[in-house]
Amino acid sequence: MTELVKVMGQEAGNADPVLSVRDLVVKFRLRGRELTALRGLSLDVYRGERLAIVGESGSGKSVLTRTFLGLLESNGRIDSGSILYDGYDLAKFSREREWVKIRGGRIAMVFQDPMTALNPLRTVGGQIREALLLHSRISGAEAKRQAIRLLDDVGIPDAERRYRQYPHEFSGGMRQRAVIAIAAACTPEILICDEPTTALDVTVQAQILELLRRLQSKYGLTVIFITHDLGVVAEIADRVAVMYAGDIVELGSCREIFFDPRHPYTWALLSAMPQFGERGKPLCAIPGTPPDLFADVRGDAFAPRNPQALAVDFQMRPPYFEVSPTHRARTWLLDPRAPELLPPEPVRRLQEAGAKYLLQNRIPDRENRPALHEKQEAPEPRKSFRNFRKEQAAQQSPVLEEAARRLRLGEGAGNALRRSLGGGLGQYG
Amino acid sequence: MLSGAALGEGWGSMAEKGGNVCLSLRHVGVSFGSGKKLFRAVDDVSFDIYRGEILGLAGESGSGKTTLGRAIVRLCPISAGSIIFENRKISGELTGEHRRELIRKIQMIFQDPMASLNERAKVDYIISEGLRNVCRNLPEAERRRLVEKAMRDVGLRPEFADRFPHEFSGGQRQRIGIARSLIMKPSLIIADEAVSALDVSVRAQVLNLLTSLQRRDGLTCLFIAHDLSVMRAISDRIAVIRRGRLVELAKTARLFACPLHPYTRALLSAVPVPDPVRACGKRVLPYDPACHDYSHDRPVWSEIEPGHYVYGNQKELAVYRRML
Repeated sequence: MTELVKVMGQEAGNADPVLSVRDLVVKFRLRGRELTALRGLSLDVYRGERLAIVGESGSGKSVLTRTFLGLLESNGRIDSGSILYDGYDLAKFSREREWVKIRGGRIAMVFQDPMTALNPLRTVGGQIREALLLHSRISGAEAKRQAIRLLDDVGIPDAERRYRQYPHEFSGGMRQRAVIAIAAACTPEILICDEPTTALDVTVQAQILELLRRLQSKYGLTVIFITHDLGVVAEIADRVAVMYAGDIVELGSCREIFFDPRHPYTWALLSAMPQFGERGKPLCAIPGTPPDLFADVRGDAFAPRNPQALAVDFQMRPPYFEVSPTHRARTWLLDPRAPELLPPEPVRRLQEAGAKYLLQNRIPDRENRPALHEKQEAPEPRKSFRNFRKEQAAQQSPVLEEAARRLRLGEGAGNALRRSLGGGLGQYG
Repeated sequence: MLSGAALGEGWGSMAEKGGNVCLSLRHVGVSFGSGKKLFRAVDDVSFDIYRGEILGLAGESGSGKTTLGRAIVRLCPISAGSIIFENRKISGELTGEHRRELIRKIQMIFQDPMASLNERAKVDYIISEGLRNVCRNLPEAERRRLVEKAMRDVGLRPEFADRFPHEFSGGQRQRIGIARSLIMKPSLIIADEAVSALDVSVRAQVLNLLTSLQRRDGLTCLFIAHDLSVMRAISDRIAVIRRGRLVELAKTARLFACPLHPYTRALLSAVPVPDPVRACGKRVLPYDPACHDYSHDRPVWSEIEPGHYVYGNQKELAVYRRML
């Protein structure tokens, strides 16, 4: 107990953050080289909210939540920064004994694949009972009673019989319910769901989301969702954090992210959704691959994949610009000197939908003038805010020029680049 | 059988693309086990795939959609019905020559690009492996040229031919999988959950690739997936399968605009909506198989409007007709 580092709560927010991440840097050693998985990430998680973390694979969303539970792989470590929770700095924890107090009891996790999360050799009921016995001082009989009640709670019919069954006798959806029952067994404060529905069918997915919503309001849980499916986010989240290359590039309420996205990566992610696809028109794919995190990332990490990147995006990492008190984005586009860029068509349609809802008074109004959040000295005013690609295209690259021309003709960005590169798409993906 | 006769007639009017049928399935069944343990994974399935079309086959896990795909490439023997490919029956016993021809003409793209490539072989070998088996005495220069062309077709640089699969990202690996089937110049590609394991952004790349191949080279494809939103973006027509039976088949736009079968409606209602306001008001329709009373009135697979097929008994069909 004495080695637990008590840190005074130093949060400076108006709401009530239950977990506060500050400037977190996580590094992994891999084959003698060092990979920076999280690059100075800050995030507040508020009590009782449903926060969704979205991003491509490799963006660090799972790494982030694993640090909350001390579940980093053995070659990973927290380099700097802090994770404040209930007066403790989780970033300073080094021993299992410290973690045991937090893990499961206070912060619990639901993993992606319900097929591998359960022990196939033990009954489902036994596994829930184990979780209960580990975290609270109750008798075995009492634990069994509670476990059956939990099974019933997560919507498993005939709980008494199901309690004695093995995981292989459960369907995928039922297994995920059982996993959720284990995670919820000790009424944790924070429930982390790592892609909880990716392995499930759509109809089952809808049921599991409904279940999580119900549990959340019943027990007042704080839920952190990790997902790459923005459709799921729209249904479940209050707030959304968009991650790219180990950093949060945009953070806002669910409606702000969908109806007023500001970061080009959020645009790209929204536009790439197949739901926006129309038969006969190419989808807006994101060209290229995420940056190599072994190397230092310079400027805006998304710039190399952004056909509309500004010159400054390659020079300096953008600060957070505040769009509203609850909405901020790390992009130079929000700088007053930046040019007005038109987002891709699907995003424009979302914005229109948002504006319509606003007219119908279905969204609370807010100030629309973006304000500078952090003052930071920007390099070379004016000039560097010109469109980098356009400049380059004019100067040297007929390929990019062609891409730009096709873009103007209204093709999807990815497609324009692909065609212009004439099949030599390798380096772009 | 009544349903068979009705089906035979209905099909004539459906040949709207000039009867250019690539593959047709008639009353196909696949079952596993025998006696009391007999399990019908696919039951009385009939449909056509036209040349140059992408047909989506949608269903939940356990619906038999993968089994059906495997039956077409002859990985699973069928227990009933027949499969006709380019006017020749391909189910049951075949001559060795015909079988080799089919291996070339029907290709498969697998779900998980991380698991379906030989980790110890170079890309060059992986892509041309099928070719080596079919054309035994292919000159080396010609083989190289074909590999290069296939790689260009899927947007991979030919220089990558000497690399190993682990050096590629998920999207690139799936492209290798696609190149490996394209090099055989197939008449039909079975894509079994080909984009399910991919990230949103990469998924869009692969879907665009398949669409452009369809438009440029007239690719014919059976696209098997569980995700209806992906289907909407890529398929010309969609067939919905449940418990081994087709329940509905229609043109994509028509199916989304006017789903008839309660199961299709339930599936469509569960598709996530990327709009937080509409998502709030979304109601997922439950599907209860008990809503069908098939004890007296046997259900049939019937064409309710041109090109729109649905499974139901006469009473239900009357209801569906009113819904059109």
